[in-house]
Amino acid sequence: MQIGVIVNPIAGMGGTVGLKGTDGPDAVAEALRRGAEAQSGPRARRALAILAKRCPRARLRVAAGSLGQCWASDLGLDLDVVSAGPPTGTARDTREAIAVLGAVDMVVFAGGDGTARDVAGALSSGAGMLGIPCGVKMHSGVFAVSPESAGHILADLVEGNGRAGWTDEAEVMDIDEVALRAGRLAPRLYGLARVPVVANRMQAAKGGPRRDSAAALAAAAHECARACEPGALYIVGPGSSAGAFARALGHEPTLLGVDVFRDGECLVQDATAPRIESFLDDRPVRIVLGVTGQQGFLLGRGNQQISADVIRRAGREGLRVLATEDKLSTLSAAALFVDTGDPDLDQELAGFIRVQTDRGRFMMMRVVAS
Amino acid sequence: MKLPNYHAPRWDEPVVMELGRPGARGQLFPAPEQEIEVAEIPAAMQRKDRPELPEITEFEAQRHYLHLSQMTLGMMGISLFGTCTMKYNSKTAEAATLRPELAEVHPYQHPDTLQGVLEIIHDFDGILQNLSGMDQFVFQAGGGADAAYTMAALARAYWADRGELGQRTEMVTSIQAHPCNPATAAAAGFTVINLPLEENGYPSIEALKAAIGPKTALLMINNPDDMGIYNPEIKEWVRLAKEAGALCFYDHANFNGVMSKLSARELGFDACMFMLHKTFGAPKGGGGPAVGAFGCSDELAPYLPAPVVVKQGDTYRLDNDRPKSLGKIREFWGNVPQVVKAYAWARAMGAEGIAMASDISVVANNYMDKKLGEIAGIEISNPHIRKRRMEMTRWSLGPLAQETGIGTADFANRMADYGIDPWWMSHEPWIVAEPFTPEAGELWSKQDIDQWIGVVARIVQEARETPELVKSAPHNQAIAQVDGSVFEDPKAWAMTWRAWQRKRAGDAKARSGSA
Repeated sequence: MQIGVIVNPIAGMGGTVGLKGTDGPDAVAEALRRGAEAQSGPRARRALAILAKRCPRARLRVAAGSLGQCWASDLGLDLDVVSAGPPTGTARDTREAIAVLGAVDMVVFAGGDGTARDVAGALSSGAGMLGIPCGVKMHSGVFAVSPESAGHILADLVEGNGRAGWTDEAEVMDIDEVALRAGRLAPRLYGLARVPVVANRMQAAKGGPRRDSAAALAAAAHECARACEPGALYIVGPGSSAGAFARALGHEPTLLGVDVFRDGECLVQDATAPRIESFLDDRPVRIVLGVTGQQGFLLGRGNQQISADVIRRAGREGLRVLATEDKLSTLSAAALFVDTGDPDLDQELAGFIRVQTDRGRFMMMRVVAS
Repeated sequence: MKLPNYHAPRWDEPVVMELGRPGARGQLFPAPEQEIEVAEIPAAMQRKDRPELPEITEFEAQRHYLHLSQMTLGMMGISLFGTCTMKYNSKTAEAATLRPELAEVHPYQHPDTLQGVLEIIHDFDGILQNLSGMDQFVFQAGGGADAAYTMAALARAYWADRGELGQRTEMVTSIQAHPCNPATAAAAGFTVINLPLEENGYPSIEALKAAIGPKTALLMINNPDDMGIYNPEIKEWVRLAKEAGALCFYDHANFNGVMSKLSARELGFDACMFMLHKTFGAPKGGGGPAVGAFGCSDELAPYLPAPVVVKQGDTYRLDNDRPKSLGKIREFWGNVPQVVKAYAWARAMGAEGIAMASDISVVANNYMDKKLGEIAGIEISNPHIRKRRMEMTRWSLGPLAQETGIGTADFANRMADYGIDPWWMSHEPWIVAEPFTPEAGELWSKQDIDQWIGVVARIVQEARETPELVKSAPHNQAIAQVDGSVFEDPKAWAMTWRAWQRKRAGDAKARSGSA
């Protein structure tokens, strides 16, 4: 397996000096001015040290200098160094490094959500990625829990011991840093990535096999789609969970946008707010939604196309929320948040809602006005 | 503390089919003498070939199987396997079940010849009635999940009998209830509504109120659950659920910490279940044999699985004439030897002994919680809740995993190297990161618990200093890590020797074909 390594040497610098991230050269300059120290290089080295210990002479393709080589050398790893142009301290470095790494099976990167977005955007299709967590923002599902864990996953892959498998469904998320500095959390889905997952085959003695999350989501979406009311307008929000509903109807979802259906027919893809509102008549409105990972946003983040008027027509009873138990269990608070732009509507939505987690299986979740 | 310097026996012998040599035999029997008439096997039934059996002496076979048993059954260590309430069952109780009055009877015998067995079942029913306030117990279910299924099937029969099954389609439970509750309710056709844990460590009344209504068929709940936090609002829960018309079932999987302290019926429940192979000391192993004792109120008793053991005058009989019965959950009357062992345990303990065992299990767990809390890198579940846990609680290896990359599965593997049973991690879904769930119970001595904690502390240290040693464990066991991925490749395994030969031959053929 051909593994490429990229370090974003400026990732995570904002955190220690009270910035919310280092997207863009201005933020980097500000972080340096405030005395920030780079975190990602040393953290990448911690991960690679674990790999070197378990798999001496493992072969890696690394970008030259501070983008990789500096942190990987003298560990006993077999490095194939490729050089890109001089670093500019911007997202361009990551994209160019990916380009010079050439055909690799996966890229290990040290960075945060911004780097994840850049890697996912530049990676050739079919290639996997794995994040060594270094950023201030890490909402994407592509990170190991620690540099050491990343090292162990890499070693499992190199050893080919069967412990690590793959999923194509990891969400690449990022948060608008300008909004975040202004105190508003606005996570957005940028796409799906292929990431290694460590299968836990240890519990068979008593627990039986674990329910596969992807199968649970598909089953939930199918049941939800089968229960479609004739004539009702179905507005399907962004993300792979809501997208599973569109798939169950036989349509490929826009994934990053909002699609609209009636009686199994797709009326419009990637719709704008006025376009969605143009379909309103006296028939019922249902809104199919996923939940943003970690933050647990239901409405008002990444799906603002669904306007307050439309949400009011649906009401809390008209929301169809899909999320697996695995996803709900990773939320930082056991609640879902709404921020529709209309405080009265937010209050109306507050209370408990049923989230469908599998076929015939729901979880009551508290909805809170954010 | 001195930790065990343990090493399992390891024999790298081939399988028995590959042992021995042509002509080797277990015993050599003389040819039949002339005067003995030998029955002729009809030609059509005679084998054309010799059976492919291993040719091996009796001594070699004995030696081989002893080695296998040393490798598979050779470890008897300390097992604080949480949610399983590990107990020791005395040899006296074991001996009772070996007596011919039990070992040699059959359920098809006439009940007049089974009076002793039926009396024990009847009397043990009485003991469980005293512990729960229920009116009738049955022992058909082959385990806790089967008893939960009994409840789901009973609810189905109950609502069908009232003509409301079409309307009462939902079962409400907690995300931390034992997963057999949602699973069995789903198997019986109910939609599952889970309630999340909120800030007190159990679901809120508000969530319950939002979940129940005219569609609710039943509520299935543990209290405490594996987190060990008792829900003090449980009476209100039952009141609300019954107000909505639902049946209420108390899953007593976590009975050890509350046994003799509360009564399911007094809390308002309609039914409950006990696990005789856990709380009541009957031994278990390899997934069985087990018994889920299911008890309910007089109102629900007509729907119980048949037969029910009843006493008429001085005679015990099997009541099969129960027209509203849900039918069978399992054949006959259940694993009767386990019922006898549980009966022996309960009689030996007495009411006071059971109360004391419950106290000891809670004290032992709190001692363990305190000691575990002193180890940096592991963290109790719901750390913000200062309330003491009951007979067990879930812990997290999350901080250590973040620091070292050693997860709970790696850790469990390494425990076996010290002759300690790997810990139980958690039921699904895993709502605590890198979970583990120890349970001290009343069996294990303070020395045992200290030694178990000593092993945990040592492995935490190893995770920091020599993580690869932990990651590649076990090292002192009969076999090392099992590569789970081979199960996905049918070529790599077979269920019989013949199938294995066939797969291997197919492989060789494919190889020669491609060459």
